[in-house]
Amino acid sequence: MIQLRLTDKTPLSPRITRFRFQHPDGAPLPVFSGGAHVMVEMQDGDILRRNAYSLISDPQDGSGYEIAVQREDQGRGGSRFMHEQAQPGMLMRLGQPVNLFGLNLTARKHLLIAGGVGITPFLGQIPELDRLGADYELRYCVRSRDEVAVDLPGAQLHVSDEGSRMDLDGVLGAQPIGTHLYVCGSARMIAAVLDRATALGWPPDALHSEEFLAPAPGEPFDVHCARSHKTLTVGAHQSMLEALEAAGIDAPWLCRGGACGQCETDVLACDGQIDHRDHWLHDDERNRKIMPCVSRFRGQLLTIDR
Amino acid sequence: MTITFNKESFRGDYSYHNSATAIRRFPFPFDRDEYMYSVNMEPHKGGRPGSVFEARFDVDEHYVAEMEDRAITLSRDPMRCQSLPHMTLAGWDVLELIMTSKAQDYPDLFELHRDGNRWRWVNRPLGIDDTFTFLDETTLPYGPMEYITRQTQGDFAVLDQREGNLWMDAGMVTSQADWSLDFDIGMNFFEWHAPVPRAAEMGIFQRALKFLLNIQQDTPARRLNWTMTVNPRLDTSPETYPEWGPEKRSLTPENLGQKQYLRVELQSFWRLPRSNGLLFPIRCYLISLQDLVTVPKWGRRFHRVIRDLPEDLATYKGFIVNRPMIVDYLSRFDDGAPTSPGIWPD
Amino acid sequence: MTSAHSIASSPRYAPLEPRACSAALMIADDAGMAAIDALIGQNPELGRKATILRIGATAPPDTLPAALDGALSQARMGLQVWLAGSQGLIARAQALLLAAGLPKGAIQSEHRGTAARRMQCVHCKTLAEGVTTDPYTCPGCGRALFVRDHFSARLGAFQGVCIDAETPGDIPEPQELRL
Ligand code: FES
Repeated sequence: MIQLRLTDKTPLSPRITRFRFQHPDGAPLPVFSGGAHVMVEMQDGDILRRNAYSLISDPQDGSGYEIAVQREDQGRGGSRFMHEQAQPGMLMRLGQPVNLFGLNLTARKHLLIAGGVGITPFLGQIPELDRLGADYELRYCVRSRDEVAVDLPGAQLHVSDEGSRMDLDGVLGAQPIGTHLYVCGSARMIAAVLDRATALGWPPDALHSEEFLAPAPGEPFDVHCARSHKTLTVGAHQSMLEALEAAGIDAPWLCRGGACGQCETDVLACDGQIDHRDHWLHDDERNRKIMPCVSRFRGQLLTIDR
Repeated sequence: MTITFNKESFRGDYSYHNSATAIRRFPFPFDRDEYMYSVNMEPHKGGRPGSVFEARFDVDEHYVAEMEDRAITLSRDPMRCQSLPHMTLAGWDVLELIMTSKAQDYPDLFELHRDGNRWRWVNRPLGIDDTFTFLDETTLPYGPMEYITRQTQGDFAVLDQREGNLWMDAGMVTSQADWSLDFDIGMNFFEWHAPVPRAAEMGIFQRALKFLLNIQQDTPARRLNWTMTVNPRLDTSPETYPEWGPEKRSLTPENLGQKQYLRVELQSFWRLPRSNGLLFPIRCYLISLQDLVTVPKWGRRFHRVIRDLPEDLATYKGFIVNRPMIVDYLSRFDDGAPTSPGIWPD
Repeated sequence: MTSAHSIASSPRYAPLEPRACSAALMIADDAGMAAIDALIGQNPELGRKATILRIGATAPPDTLPAALDGALSQARMGLQVWLAGSQGLIARAQALLLAAGLPKGAIQSEHRGTAARRMQCVHCKTLAEGVTTDPYTCPGCGRALFVRDHFSARLGAFQGVCIDAETPGDIPEPQELRL
């Protein structure tokens, strides 16, 4: 984690705001690769939140990091914090860039499909693709024009309430051999694109997706940590990982979004139903492991190996 | 730190030798009296002053001679250095990482001056002073990975990360323990490790891969691996096996202490920021058994390790035919006394 | 003796299965046609969509690169490929397809016919088609080579390594490769 200064806060659309962070001494920040995200730490009252946001600035530009945050009034509060409380001049802690949605540079062509705020990881990738001289096609899908957060000359814009919805089958059917597909947006949109691609014969190794899996709120529940001999209550607007951290229990993490596998934890006893919300565990692991960054529990007793 | 570089060879008359300092700093890989294949990863963030772990890319008395040996190997077989077309950006990452590290860790030997993308690199031991444009291949005599690894000890595998796996898509490999870059290039982590016995069943590679995929920019890692080589030869590639194979049968009880070498690899793992690739340097250290046993703890322990090593590992490491003779030699330096924990000399 | 399935780099062959696709390409030699027939038997619709390249007496393996160029020139993502026949045919076709950019996940293969392998000599890099014994003699450098299970999909070949490097002239009796 490094401490950076929030130097700029600019609305891009009614719900999306761009934030720029720079080193307090003006020192260069580590460069990164397109599609990378950073973890942003927020002290929201007595809750310490860490939310992941895609870096949208040019990956080779170490003068600052930029992210775009969409306000989610139904969320747990991270985006509200950024919109309401984060102000230019504030010092905030950010993690190192981590990339779980990198370009496959062996691709002959890159087909990028963004839904709404799902445009963000692609904003870091576009300068990279331009520099490499790579062939790419960017489809930017929004419901209405006021959702558009950036003006992208190279993109084909699809606005559904103006009747210019993307012809998905047409787009998928017209791609040369060696094209890789990247999709980022809502869970529903991702599933729809991947299902269609698979039905049309695209192999899984050409399909890439990143879902903004902010840990969703849920009912409070108790978890017993066997190694630390503690029983914790995970609040409605807290993830189990956050509850562990608040109790001073060391738990590894990287993406905090159920994708990287780093927080994988053994379940020692379970009398109830684990609500698995990750993209990591295989079906045959789901009765003995849990990803505390996103998953929750309903029932009598959950004992984990932490 | 001043280093006097040895005049020595890794082929022909094999005049390679270790100074007393080099022996003391040798990375002896056994922290107990037995060996089992494991991943034994630790953070690569410095180490004991003077040890091979201290600098990010260790430079020692063999530097100049090793670079000469690499140039000979490359002139005979240019395919020892390859980079698939999508790996050029990763090559620049490698160049940047090594140049910045060496200039900081060895300011008396290396200098890097950066003015935007205009870079000047000075390598005193090799007499190089080049100015080039970062990210512009036409301004260097070789591709970026080849350029800098012709000036850096150890082999280098440059791994592309995709599909939840690591792919060996570029490398500079001239001092390898019997594997071929030309054959393995393009393979994923499980494929290129396929010939390693036991580890696959033990699930070691699954865990190792998960660890490596999660290595971040600020958390390089390292481990030691080892094998045995007859004569201080860097180029023990499968390509040249007909040249060095017969030497394996040239051991006698009389010449063994001098001709049999323990070969230790200091492997490290680095996240490459621009490409999101992973750099996997494999640095080779060689020590003759007669030099090794000058550290009594190492003589005792090495005898026990070699004596008790499972048959398939001795076969994989290529010394099964010579093991009885080696054990016999080493037993003379093992009085049965207990050894202290850890790898360091007492 | 050596068997093709023992280590992680060895190719994995499974019975061909129908899969959703926009276009289908099937490549087989005489022995492999039975696997293609079985596949189409499971899904006749696939057979109607498919382009079948049959490698054999009239179209020897060396015609494969040109035939594939033709088959791929108009191809789009959504193409699935099924390969059946000798290890050499599968390996060659797969290497060409991968080089053309087709992801590996779009290729299935089923081994039919002999245990012969396509080998590369690690010393002189000569490729030998249809190797049936271990050791075999490299057609390039004449060395006796041990048949290693290590397989490169990019080259489409197993690795051959000098068997008598340490003890020149000490070459074991060649054994037939088995499946
Ligand atoms: S932190 Fe990445 S899966 Fe939980």
